[in-house]
Amino acid sequence: MRAYERLCAARAKGRPTAASYISALFTDFFELHGDRLYSDDHAILAGIARLDGQPVTVIAIEKGADTKEKVDRNFGSVHPEGYRKALRLMRQAEKFGRPVICLVDTSGAYCGIGAEERGQGSAIAQNLMELSALKTPCISILIGEGGSGGALALAVCDEVWMLENAVYSVISPEGAASIIWKDASKVQEACEALKITAEDLLEMGVIERVFSEPKPGADFAPVYAELKQALKERLAHYGSLDAQQLLDHRYEKFRKIGRPKQ
Amino acid sequence: MLKKSMFLNPNVDLEGQEKGRQEAPQVPDELCRSCPSCKKLCFLSDLQAGCFVCPDCGHHFRLSARERIALIADTDSFTEINQDLTSTASSTFPGYAKKLEGAMKNSGENEGVVTGFCQVGGHDCALFVMDSLFFMGSMGTAVGEKITLLFEAALAKKLPVLGYTVSGGARIQEGILSLMQMAKTSAAVQRHSQAGLLYLTVLTDPTTGGVTASFAMEGDIILAEPGALIGFAGPRVIEQTIRQKLPEGFQRSEFLIQKGFVDSIVDRRQQKQTISLLLGLHEGGAA
Repeated sequence: MRAYERLCAARAKGRPTAASYISALFTDFFELHGDRLYSDDHAILAGIARLDGQPVTVIAIEKGADTKEKVDRNFGSVHPEGYRKALRLMRQAEKFGRPVICLVDTSGAYCGIGAEERGQGSAIAQNLMELSALKTPCISILIGEGGSGGALALAVCDEVWMLENAVYSVISPEGAASIIWKDASKVQEACEALKITAEDLLEMGVIERVFSEPKPGADFAPVYAELKQALKERLAHYGSLDAQQLLDHRYEKFRKIGRPKQ
Repeated sequence: MLKKSMFLNPNVDLEGQEKGRQEAPQVPDELCRSCPSCKKLCFLSDLQAGCFVCPDCGHHFRLSARERIALIADTDSFTEINQDLTSTASSTFPGYAKKLEGAMKNSGENEGVVTGFCQVGGHDCALFVMDSLFFMGSMGTAVGEKITLLFEAALAKKLPVLGYTVSGGARIQEGILSLMQMAKTSAAVQRHSQAGLLYLTVLTDPTTGGVTASFAMEGDIILAEPGALIGFAGPRVIEQTIRQKLPEGFQRSEFLIQKGFVDSIVDRRQQKQTISLLLGLHEGGAA
């Protein structure tokens, strides 16, 4: 499948959003609200739950299922207060020794007056720094769109996984087309050139694992089962490392991606 | 007028400098420059003596990395590291190799940031200075690697880091690898920080995108030059998203200090003195 088709699949109507993954993968999910600074960003759906009995912190970007919910969730475009809520819950997870599981699905961090006034850049930057040194295992799963810094703010983790039709990109292909080709219709070319597919990113060492998807419209149950098993295995592995080993591994993982020549 | 293309296309001249020259054909190019803000002609000798700040309106002219180093580092104290480091991600994206060639020619640098060690007012520090003349300071693998290597070296030497940022954001042509530089540099900043070492940033015009959302905003102390555009999303992108004009002064240094994201706005003519003072206040503080 070409990159553009993956992009369309990642954005397709009816594709399961984070809430579906949460109900399928975890039990006892209890949502936690607010950043304790400004407000509660509904684009971030987060809380505590159990993964096969083990308490975990789940931090997800939720786009919303129907129109009303999409509006309430700002179509999964997170404001600074959303990233700060995520950071608060990451620190809480570290305190209680809970692993963190992030579910990412966003076209990008929100671009708007309020987002700039409240320091979108600063909020993302803080998350990158803190997540890189968070002393608890963390795994990030890109389930749909992985839009630039807004996705990365929840993906500086021990492992990053992608669904087969998820995409991950430094800029939206539309944005790249209009900037590089000065022609918004060159989206397909941009998709290929940017290398946004799970297959490409696995090859480049940006992600660790790709999960196959059923045919469009088919039940995602097998995907959830596979994800759950993989999470249990990998979290058990990272949970067995001491804090320094865990952080060294995470540092090296990002350190070696795309190392330039000297 | 600020245009998004200015931040993304290195061939576009900045703040109408080129235009200014065309409007004043009677004056030899090498003797004068027109102020992009008040349009007055400034003698180059006056600008050089005054840190490239317009003597009339105080506008801070954009500087190359080498010009900045000459202003901030003590004479002959700067030692560069990793000057030959270049990107490996260049080959596949259409037109990128040619763009890189142009950026090298335009700036005389191999990449968008110059890194090394120097003294400021007698205080030792590691220094990085981004260069707007190289691809508008966009962040690709080489920029990320040079900054990461500098933080790692500063950590080993237990030195503070002083960083000057200027950037249009991520280097789109390097795709996801460009995005990954945000994670890599942030992790290196964090390690340096956790060792109790000082990181001081000076945000200059413009600092946007992935650089704002990573190491630019991670300083213990964040300074900004007057009037600098600083933001996550560029003004054009925001206007397109919200379909309205942005208010005057939006995303300028003065706006950021009011919103609480910058510690102090420091006139370029006082920067060396200020930075020397701050470095001195942190000496002996490392664990």
